[in-house]
Amino acid sequence: MIRRHLPFAAVAVVALVAAPLLLEPFRLGLLAKYLCYAIVALGIGLAWGKGGMLTLGQGVFFGLGGYSMAMYLKLTEAEGGLPDFMVWSGVEELPALWVPFANPVFAMSMAVLGPVILAVVLGTLVFRQRVRGAYFAILTQALAAAMVILLVGQQGLTGGTNGMTNFFELFGQDLAEDSTQRGLYLVVAGVLGVLYLGTRQLVNSRYGRLLVAVRDGEDRVRFLGYDPALVKTVTFAASAGMAGLAGALFVPVVGIISPALLGVVPSLELVVAVAVGGRHVLAGAVLGAVVMGYAKTAFSEQFADGWLYLQGALFILVMTLASKGIAGVAQTVAGRLRSARAT
Amino acid sequence: MTAFLNQLPIGLSIGAVLMLIALGLTFTFGQMGVINMAHGEFIMAGAYTAFLLQDMVLALPAAFLVAGVMGLILERSAIRHFYGRPLDTLLLTWGVSLVLQQLARDLFGAPNVQVPAPAWLSGGVGILPYNRLFIMGLAVAGVVAVWLYLTRTGLGRRTQAVVQNRQLAATSGIDTGRVDMLTFFIGSGLAGVAGVALTLIGPVGPALGTYYIVDAFLVVVAGGLGQLRGAVLAALGLGLLNSYAEFWSDASLAKVIVLAAVIAFLQVRPQGLFVLRSRVLT
Amino acid sequence: MLELRDVQVVFDGFRALDGVNLTVPEGELRFLIGPNGAGKTTLIDVVTGLTRPAAGNVRFAGQDLVGRKEHQIVRLGVGRTFQTSVVFEELTVVENLDLAASFRKPLWALTRRRRGVSEAVADALARTGLEALADRPAGVLSHGQRQWLEIGMLLAQRPRLLLLDEPVAGMSKDERERTGELLTAIAADHTVVVVEHDMDFLRRHASTVTVLHEGRVLVEGSVDEVSADPRVQEVYLGRRADDAVGERS
Repeated sequence: MIRRHLPFAAVAVVALVAAPLLLEPFRLGLLAKYLCYAIVALGIGLAWGKGGMLTLGQGVFFGLGGYSMAMYLKLTEAEGGLPDFMVWSGVEELPALWVPFANPVFAMSMAVLGPVILAVVLGTLVFRQRVRGAYFAILTQALAAAMVILLVGQQGLTGGTNGMTNFFELFGQDLAEDSTQRGLYLVVAGVLGVLYLGTRQLVNSRYGRLLVAVRDGEDRVRFLGYDPALVKTVTFAASAGMAGLAGALFVPVVGIISPALLGVVPSLELVVAVAVGGRHVLAGAVLGAVVMGYAKTAFSEQFADGWLYLQGALFILVMTLASKGIAGVAQTVAGRLRSARAT
Repeated sequence: MTAFLNQLPIGLSIGAVLMLIALGLTFTFGQMGVINMAHGEFIMAGAYTAFLLQDMVLALPAAFLVAGVMGLILERSAIRHFYGRPLDTLLLTWGVSLVLQQLARDLFGAPNVQVPAPAWLSGGVGILPYNRLFIMGLAVAGVVAVWLYLTRTGLGRRTQAVVQNRQLAATSGIDTGRVDMLTFFIGSGLAGVAGVALTLIGPVGPALGTYYIVDAFLVVVAGGLGQLRGAVLAALGLGLLNSYAEFWSDASLAKVIVLAAVIAFLQVRPQGLFVLRSRVLT
Repeated sequence: MLELRDVQVVFDGFRALDGVNLTVPEGELRFLIGPNGAGKTTLIDVVTGLTRPAAGNVRFAGQDLVGRKEHQIVRLGVGRTFQTSVVFEELTVVENLDLAASFRKPLWALTRRRRGVSEAVADALARTGLEALADRPAGVLSHGQRQWLEIGMLLAQRPRLLLLDEPVAGMSKDERERTGELLTAIAADHTVVVVEHDMDFLRRHASTVTVLHEGRVLVEGSVDEVSADPRVQEVYLGRRADDAVGERS
């Protein structure tokens, strides 16, 4: 098993480390952005691919992480004053919700803990009542829709439709500097690497087997003495935490967080990316996020409207012809090659 | 008090629109295990039909046909290969929905268009504007028609049989393929009618369907799968809750309140208002 | 060890169980028989928490079972199999057994990889004779092998009470033979309740039999006593009890 994955792992590590040397800063920034999405995709791969929980609301968790980070950045730049957008919307006093986010430790912890807490509450309420499958998918989608409306409506608190942008420094480093962006890229790549290895370890452990068992026969698992609701809630919370962390990294890398980045459509796009990459394999989920990210940028640069057609068509094709995605196709090809060599 | 009462026809008409939309969803979901995200685009197609015809009386049957045929094509070309795999159909039909939205943008332009309301629908009685009354009437007519179809026609009874037990129905000689086609046609057609209704209370745009599809799915969840009365009651409940939540708090919190209410409701009735009992361990 | 008192179960007005009283002492091998719809599976469902009784109580080893969730009842030491066996097809035979054996571990301890095979799993493998198939995915097993894997998973749980729902249904003669031997071995050191239709199987392996009819206990006794009882013969539509009970659903 390990030997078979070694070439893939080696290529991935070399590519990630070599990228800052080879890519111009703009392209490196794009790659860092896709890697942020890849972290979310990893969580989706865990929750959906292994656990069978189709979550259409990962954007919400991504957003909670992103907004936590953005609030911290805005407050350090305002240096005790009010963030720029609040001045524009006529807010006169810093809202109480914002106050603790001046503390970097609090802000960073909330970027992960906020999503985890929300996922635990939602998961407990939903999974304990044995609400699952499509119902769960619909509820998470409704959550994403509600979140966007809430963020847009609370203009003075969140920056409304425009969200928050114009960030200048993070921990005293100038965000416009290439060196800062290279450093950020390495942090994102490192976090993705660590999370990937951790998730892989989890999937290969007894817990991973239990998760697959819950996916394939939740009712049977109860009679093995496990509480499927607990297993699902913990897994869902882990994927939410990953999305939150990705959101927090996304803000300094891309320089903006806004409702348009975390609603129903972006949440679904990430699920699409995971399906395209291959939901059954964690590496497929990561790969899918990067490939779809690049495809979107490349096509949008050429013809903006074409992308929606292409994405829709691609999606229909993947679901009908290759439901196991790129990873599935790769596995089939590798299997054929091996058996061809054997004969 | 007047403000409170004024909210009532708004809530009832939103409930009526949700009812028309959710009827199709609950039967395709309950009968075929299909989650059709492109259902929202059938609403949009119905609304644009009304825009093209500029005649309410003609628009209703035309929108029903246009949306129904679109649903039929979708069912025959793609969805029938995915029966019983709701999550896969959800993603597949989302692709279809993206394509249809972009198509509408290319055909009719991205900006919203307005359908002028017919003169006979302006005005109202007391707190009830005629246009909202008309929408409620449409929903009542739609529900009664579906109910008559299900209980009084042979095909309708066969539809109910397929909802309750597809395999048994198939082995008893019911042509499930035909029943599925018809269900899809009627359900999609009703979404088209809902689209016409929506032109009476707001502008029409390519993303029209996306505003209603999530709420319509919540109606299905709260009402119970494939349940006519469940969909009716849940649609009314959610419509009213929506409009009063906006009234009491503000518009940005209303959706959060509605979602919280649905989740709270699921604590009491995890499978929705009405449920088919079965001993099978899934 | 297991005690049911006046248990009633109602499905939409239909009384599936109508005041059942049943006591199974520790160490016994008890067979449950009865015509279709007599409430045999419902009785197992009530004990294991799948169905909630409308009235009455169920006690196991001094604990009240009614109102507890399925997994909590398993944790008290009550295990069951299903008529249509459900095993996890994507997992190997060993992984299925290992999962069954590990439920007492806390969740965080499960995040470690499995190394080797635990004693309970090895024992279950040996008893069910599935050693040769240990590392194959459970999806490739035949119907009989699946049933054995289910029994193996039950054993790996190390329960104090085993409830088997028609373990030999659909099995070939040879497979039935082997299952019988397995059952006898298990009964030597466990309390077991078996729902079974197969009269031949019953006569060879049963010690005590309880006959259910229309949601009530009709008779209880040895195989011979029960099959000689006129009430049992009448329940089976006047036919001889042997023929009728031997008929499989």
